[in-house]
Amino acid sequence: MEERLWDYIDGFSSEEEKSFIAQLIETNLEWRRKYHELLDVHQLMQQNIELDEPSMRFTQNVMELVANEKIAPAASSYIKKSVIRVIGGFFILSISAVLIWALANVNWSAPDTGKSLDLPKVDLSKYLSPTVINGMIIATVVMALMLLDMTLRKKQKRNREMTE
Amino acid sequence: MNIATTDTEIISRVLHGENNLYAALVERYRNFVFTIAMRFTPHREDAEEIAQDVFVKAYRNLADFRGDSKFSTWLYTITNTTCISFLRKKKLAVHSLDQEHVFEVADAQNSDFKANQVEAKSRMQMVNQAIQMLSADDAKIITFFYKGEQSLEEIGRIMGIDPNTVKVKLHRARQRLRSKMEEHFAEEVKNIAD
Repeated sequence: MEERLWDYIDGFSSEEEKSFIAQLIETNLEWRRKYHELLDVHQLMQQNIELDEPSMRFTQNVMELVANEKIAPAASSYIKKSVIRVIGGFFILSISAVLIWALANVNWSAPDTGKSLDLPKVDLSKYLSPTVINGMIIATVVMALMLLDMTLRKKQKRNREMTE
Repeated sequence: MNIATTDTEIISRVLHGENNLYAALVERYRNFVFTIAMRFTPHREDAEEIAQDVFVKAYRNLADFRGDSKFSTWLYTITNTTCISFLRKKKLAVHSLDQEHVFEVADAQNSDFKANQVEAKSRMQMVNQAIQMLSADDAKIITFFYKGEQSLEEIGRIMGIDPNTVKVKLHRARQRLRSKMEEHFAEEVKNIAD
């Protein structure tokens, strides 16, 4: 009963519920008594909760402190979602290429049955010289470090806000 | 002279270099932030330190305020997390029994000497003293709802909980507040009901 009456007093009830409660208050003594009891408490709080005031110098103290502070640039200015998507896309492509090459070079034959699955052989040796492979490894490592840096910066910023 | 009145206007001008305008935001919200801090600690000096920290943090991160919520909601979120961090650092008890204890001792000394006769009480004093007897969570949610002009969704965002959970917590906080008032201020509560 109390929860429904509080919803009614706070204005959170649906229209249907509101008219149902209003009717109950009108016709039922217990509901009416409880409603007035809760309404009194509600009005007491609405009208009598007062805010504490800090010292007279408070604003001045804050302004003296912020005079030594710099406004940090918005996080979105150095954590770009598009960069993260490109790096993520590169990783997915690299992993997919390695998986395809590995699966294509597996010997899919079942020795006991003599059956085998012939997949088209993927010969990447003409495209993948040692230079290309080294370049891809370096690019992967650099992008992984960039991603890690962005993630740690964001975490550091959040932790600083929580603990300072 | 172009006077910035809304929070968004003031923030925009501060971000464009008019740092002194930040004082207007401090003036506007200092009482509420300080009151929330007082819900977590009975010591005014600690509460002022917390409140100052809140405004300094808000200033540092002003560029991150995107305007998709009210500035007050954003500021009160910083207030909530700062208060919780402060408690963790100081390892203070959240609920102070001191106020309740005073009234219990007064009651025990003389059965005719009721707690609500220790000093002359106005309704405002009664309500605010009863709030001080609540836990920080209860006192905070009541203050956010009645004085913070925050909706359930906004309070949920500040406290990092679901709006339905906010409703339940608010309901329980009001129940506990009512119990405190009936327990310690029986005469005043009776007079209000009559």
